[in-house]
Amino acid sequence: MLADPTRRAILERIGRAPAAVGEIASGLPVSRPAVSQHLKLLKEAGLVTETASGTRRIYRIDPRGLGAMRDWLDQFWQNSLDNFAAYADAQAKGEKQ
Amino acid sequence: MTIAPIVKSVTVAVPPERAFALFTGDIGRWWAPNMHIAPEPFTEVVIEPQAGGRWFERDAAGAECDWGKVLAWEPPGRLLLAWQLDAGFALDPDLITEVEVTFEPEGTGSRVTLTHRHLERFGPSAERIAGQLAGGWPGLVERFATYVQEEKDQ
Repeated sequence: MLADPTRRAILERIGRAPAAVGEIASGLPVSRPAVSQHLKLLKEAGLVTETASGTRRIYRIDPRGLGAMRDWLDQFWQNSLDNFAAYADAQAKGEKQ
Repeated sequence: MTIAPIVKSVTVAVPPERAFALFTGDIGRWWAPNMHIAPEPFTEVVIEPQAGGRWFERDAAGAECDWGKVLAWEPPGRLLLAWQLDAGFALDPDLITEVEVTFEPEGTGSRVTLTHRHLERFGPSAERIAGQLAGGWPGLVERFATYVQEEKDQ
């Protein structure tokens, strides 16, 4: 989720101050629909929440922080297990020789 | 509120007995060296081989820093660890999130499956840290970004 540079940029932007889609898109080299799509994914991952302000929807980082923590751990464990598999396979090779 | 556990699985070319031994005994050799919580890098990571054992890192000067403890030690099939680092990567003795690792035969090797559960228990510390960072957690995002970049560069 956070490996995507656009999504990281969006989080950094709304981490500074809550913002509407248009405001987020204006500071980034991506289209407004693309930002909306990223925001949708970030919301589903528990990283971002939205509130209505008149007709606008304001996006902010989910203050619970749990989504961020889970996302970080997800990638962390993936990398860790990949490291382990590479290490174990190298050991297996060494032992055969 | 509960959130979904993280489940990850890999296959390795060694049988479960060997995979269990390498996972636990050699963790300091395969764990990413930049993933330490003490100020100094670790020279060893130790999972003590018994239920109730400690799980910690040790630096070159011999200083030790706990990550959690061993809840179940059942070679060759199952290891259950308590990950007791909060969302700020500080040890919280009252926090227990479970990391279960199972080792099953698959072909001539094994399937290693890791499940990290009870993640909602990070809630209070995740909230506190988010609060300290005034509604954001640039530190976490930056740390993550740095980690991803370092992984890519390797």
